[in-house]
Parts: sequence; C-alpha cells; structure tokens
Amino acid sequence: MSAALPPTDRPADVVYPGSATPSAPTPTTPRAVPHRGGPENPSAVALRTRFPDSVRRVEVVWGETSVVIAPDRVLEIVRWLHDDPAQAYGYLSDVTAVEFRDPEEPLTVVWHLRSLPYRRFLRLKAELPKGGPLEVDSVWPVYRGADWLERECFDMFGVRFRGHPDLRRILMWEQYREGYPLRKDFPLRGRFSRAEQLRQALAANPEARYSMEELSIADAFEDLPPDMRARLRGGERTGE
Amino acid sequence: MTGTRTIDVALSTTGLDAQGRPQRVPLGVDAAGNAVAIAPPPSLEPDLEGEHMLINIGPQHPATHGVLRLVLELDGETVVRCIPHIGYLHCGFEKIGEYRQYNQIIPWTDREDYLNSIGNNVAFALGAERLFGIETTPRCTVLRVIASELSRIISHLVWLGTTCIDIGAFTPFLWSFQERENVYRMLENWVGARLTTSATRVGGMAADIPHGWLDQLRGFLQSFPKTIDEVDRMLTRNGIWVGRTVGLGAMSAQEAENYGLSGPMLRASGVAYDVRKDFPYLDYETYDFEVPVGTRGDVYDRYLVRMEELRQSVRILEQAAERLPDGPVNIDDPRVILPPKSKATSEMESMIHHFKQVMEGPRPPIGESYVAVESPKGEKGYYMVSDGTAKPVRWRIRPPSYVNLSAIPKMVEGHLLSDVIAINASIDIVMGEIDR
Repeated sequence: MSAALPPTDRPADVVYPGSATPSAPTPTTPRAVPHRGGPENPSAVALRTRFPDSVRRVEVVWGETSVVIAPDRVLEIVRWLHDDPAQAYGYLSDVTAVEFRDPEEPLTVVWHLRSLPYRRFLRLKAELPKGGPLEVDSVWPVYRGADWLERECFDMFGVRFRGHPDLRRILMWEQYREGYPLRKDFPLRGRFSRAEQLRQALAANPEARYSMEELSIADAFEDLPPDMRARLRGGERTGE
Repeated sequence: MTGTRTIDVALSTTGLDAQGRPQRVPLGVDAAGNAVAIAPPPSLEPDLEGEHMLINIGPQHPATHGVLRLVLELDGETVVRCIPHIGYLHCGFEKIGEYRQYNQIIPWTDREDYLNSIGNNVAFALGAERLFGIETTPRCTVLRVIASELSRIISHLVWLGTTCIDIGAFTPFLWSFQERENVYRMLENWVGARLTTSATRVGGMAADIPHGWLDQLRGFLQSFPKTIDEVDRMLTRNGIWVGRTVGLGAMSAQEAENYGLSGPMLRASGVAYDVRKDFPYLDYETYDFEVPVGTRGDVYDRYLVRMEELRQSVRILEQAAERLPDGPVNIDDPRVILPPKSKATSEMESMIHHFKQVMEGPRPPIGESYVAVESPKGEKGYYMVSDGTAKPVRWRIRPPSYVNLSAIPKMVEGHLLSDVIAINASIDIVMGEIDR
C-alpha cells in the first residue's frame, strides 16, 4: 500500500495542484444538453490520433464523451492520458461495470476520468464479450485510488483486473459462494435459499475472523487450535 | 481557479519530534527549574520488545463511526500495518435500484449517506433529469441549492461533534448538535421528515417551502455563525486540539489526487478541486463563495477546511434566500410530474397521466449520465444507464467516503494507535455510504 507513487512527467507550466489552466473553459452549469451529439471532449480526438487501432467508437451522450477502447490496451491508454501534459487526467473518479438486460450485449467496464487542469471529463469503456474471460488491465499502477474501486467491481461483477495487487472481495465476505450480486443472472433475493444461507451462517467458524495475511502478521497463528491451524495451512481463506 | 484562498494559521506547538510529529512527552523539572522531558520507564517485559502485536478495532466500536473494522499490526504503540474490513452494512442498494422506477429510488438515496440525505436526493434528481433531458424551474434550482447547503451544514456539524468526542472534547459536540437540531427542525417543517427526507422528485421537489420558512432560514443564518465562532475560539488555537491533530495522516497534494480523495480531504492537501466550482451544477457559478484550501493535508487542515466550508455555506444560503424567485416548483410535463390529486380524480387526461406514471413510470430515452455533486464528503456521483425502460439498467453510486477511506492504511501507518482514531475521524466516513 505504501509503495511510491508512479512517476509522472507533468510539466511545470501546468499549474499544479488542482487549479485549472487559463485555457480551460469557464465552468458553467450545462443547459439544454442534447441527447446525442454536441461538442466532443478534445481528448477523444487526441486518443483517435494516438491510438488509431484501439479506439473503437466515440459517442457523446447527454454531453458526456464516451470512448470505447480495446480491452487489452486499457492500461497503456490510461497511462498516456495520465502522463501526457496536454491531457493530464490526474483524477480517477470511478471504476465500475455495466451489464445489460440483453444477454447478447457485452459486459462493459467503465472508467470515469477527470482532468482537473483542463476541466475535462472523459468516460472510457471496454467491452468484454460474454462467454470469454472477464479480464481487463488494472489501472492501479497509475491511480492508487483504483484499489478499492476495482475490488468492488470484482466483488460485484466478477471482472478480474490484471495486475491489481490484492484482488479479493470487499463488500461481501470471503467465503461468499453465491456468485456476483450485480450480474443480471443473479436473483434479487440471492441465489441460495434462506435455509441454506442460515445453515452456512451457523456453520461458519466465528473464531476464524482473521485472514491468513493478518495471522501471519503476529504470532497469533501459533495460538490457534490445532484443527484451525491445519485448515489455514491447507490454504483455506478465513476472511471475516 | 478564482475564489480560492489558502488558510494558514500560525501554530503554537511544543515542538516536533524526529518524525515531524508534535511532541507529546511528559515534562518534568530539573534542579535548575527548567522543563525537561522525563525519560520513559524501563520496559517491564523486555522479552516482548520488537515483537509485533495484532489488534482488532471494530466492527462494533464507538470510535469507528459505524461498522468499520480495522486490523492493525502494532510495534509497541506504532501502527506498522493497517488492514481495513468493510461490508458489514452492505444492503445492495445498486441492485435494488435496478428493480425500481427512478422516483422510487429516491428514498434509497436517503439511506446511503444518511447525514446528507437531502443532498443525495438533489444529486439523484439531477442525474435522473439529465437522463430524461429535462430542466428544472428556476425556483426549484434555488430550493435545491438551499437543500444542498443545509445538508452540508448538518453533515459537517456531525463530523465536528463526533471528531471532538473522539479526540476528547465534549463541549463542541453539544454546541454543534444543538445547531444541527435547528436545521432538522427546518427540514421537518419543509418536507415532514428529519433524516430520511426523500425531498426531490424527477423534475421538481416533493413540496414547496411553507409560508414563513425563509424567515426561519434567515434567523438560523443570523445565529449559526456565532456558534461557529465559538467552536473556532474553543478549538483552533487550543493546545490539546492542535497537539492531537497537527501532522497526523498527512497526504501531499499529489498523493491525495492520485488516491482519488475528494471533498475537504483533497482540498486540505492543497488541491483546489471543488465540483461546485470546476464542474458546476444548479448555477453554482453564479454564487459568490470561496473554496478553502489547506497546505499540509493533515487532520488539522481538514478541520480548518470544514470550518471554513460551514461559513461559506452560510454565505451561499444568504444569497439563495435573497434570490429565491416565485413561480412553480415542478416542471410542467405530465410525463414525469404527477398531476394534482384534485385533477387526477376529475379530469380524464390527468387521470390517464396519473395511471401511466404510477403503473409504468416515466421512461427516459436510451442513454447514460454521470452527474457528480459536491457532497460534504466529496465528489458524489450517480451514474445511471437506461435502456429505454422505466427502470435503470445500472444505478451506480460513486461514494466519496469509500474512496477516501481506501487511503486509510497510507494515512495511519507510522502513527500511534491513539492517532488512528483521530485520523479515522478526520476522513468523515459514513458507513451507510461506504457499504451501500
């Protein structure tokens, strides 16, 4: 967690931190935003020029520019957006995914990026076809803030982020076996019956509240009952 | 950015130790009458020295502000590693939202960040209106500004009170909760509820303000700054307060931006990013207010930034009360706004609209929108995706305190155990929003 921040070659002429450059547009409350079309984020043009093969589609919906990119180039593109002085997308707002009701449509991973110096907002999307592996690059090497956002996305959708340092469930507990709650094939009331959920809750060992990582911190491991030690050595994750 | 200024207060601390933290050593007096530090007593258990201890705080602990659980590795009293666990309050709001019409989601927004419920209502309505392609009336826009700023005051007051309790001061807690009660009384007069307001609708508000409400608001704006000044006098130069907050959990500007912090957490580190200024909504660009920015990014700067934001909220509220125009609150669009009950039972056309809206719900066109507002905790965004039906395909909450909390290992590692409580308090977390 305390690893050094990724290096940036942000130039000195961009006013940092946070403050917008003089060339940034004067901020106003958006009015009469068209459903489709309208002014495009200049970064979309720059992306098309820089990565002509990886930009699949650019659309402007309700005034927000979405750039659909190839899933295998995510880290490269995001790193360029972060480092390039003419883009300076230093702020990651959100990482999430969308699954549509139509089962044919691909699952879409969405990144919301902000360029504070230029007052730009950009939505990046990567479409992961159903049936294939739901895997995409982690942007954690560029944005430390992606850590929990990607963990939540993995927890809720089962999207694996390559290169994430600690990809495990975050809102659900580690022994949760019902699947990924925000997927459309997951029923609202849960996959298991109430009886099965109760049985599992009663069968859970409340002593095993520390993860292996946590137990390895201290010498508490040696103080555990022998059967738990054996289970933990066997690789069982205890989670919460 | 215009309207930015830097808070810098001269501090009087007893001095800093080798790590740059304020000294807190017990002082004694030597033979000549000079104050000298008392040497720590020899360890009672020398065989335990250098051994690390695992300690668990929470999930049921009064100082974790909800069901947060922190597993800490301690070397003596110093935190070596911090592993947070969340999810104890997870209710699946985003999943439930996919089974609800847009107006039916508004009560859920009350319950995530429950200290900012009316602000969340406003944020959700703004997001849904972008998705529907509609714009609110001028009166509604100003009413929403009033709602957002009142809600910022409530949230900051709770933060102030609970942080004081965590650090050991009791009096400011009582003062801030008394003022908070005044705001809640106003909200009750307006929407009928205190905590779970559900005050907005897509295209308007649930209710206009009652007669005489603005006078109540003006009265509050008269008395409230005095309370802020009292708290300010009590804490800002208080040696104990300064000693327990300065230098703790510091994040540099670059780190804060990279970790995705937002709100007072980000601004205390020196990044002047405020959604109201940089990506305005509700005509915030026409209000005259300033965004306080800190320099050191520690717990003390976060305190200063939040105190100044309270004052700025009062300024915005004064301007909003001044400019509140007459006119309708709801837009005139029978596709999204329910007709009045009297018309629904007497006119055929209104009855059809009423029936269609209640049974089917308003349908936005296919599209998506991400609308962020400056909540008291930071950038709160609602990302909604519509496939043309009355229920969203995806309703995503961008929770500011979730992202702010994710930096807690970075902030507490290397500090003392008792400072973990102060740092955790300074993040201003609401577990309802983090776990959703």
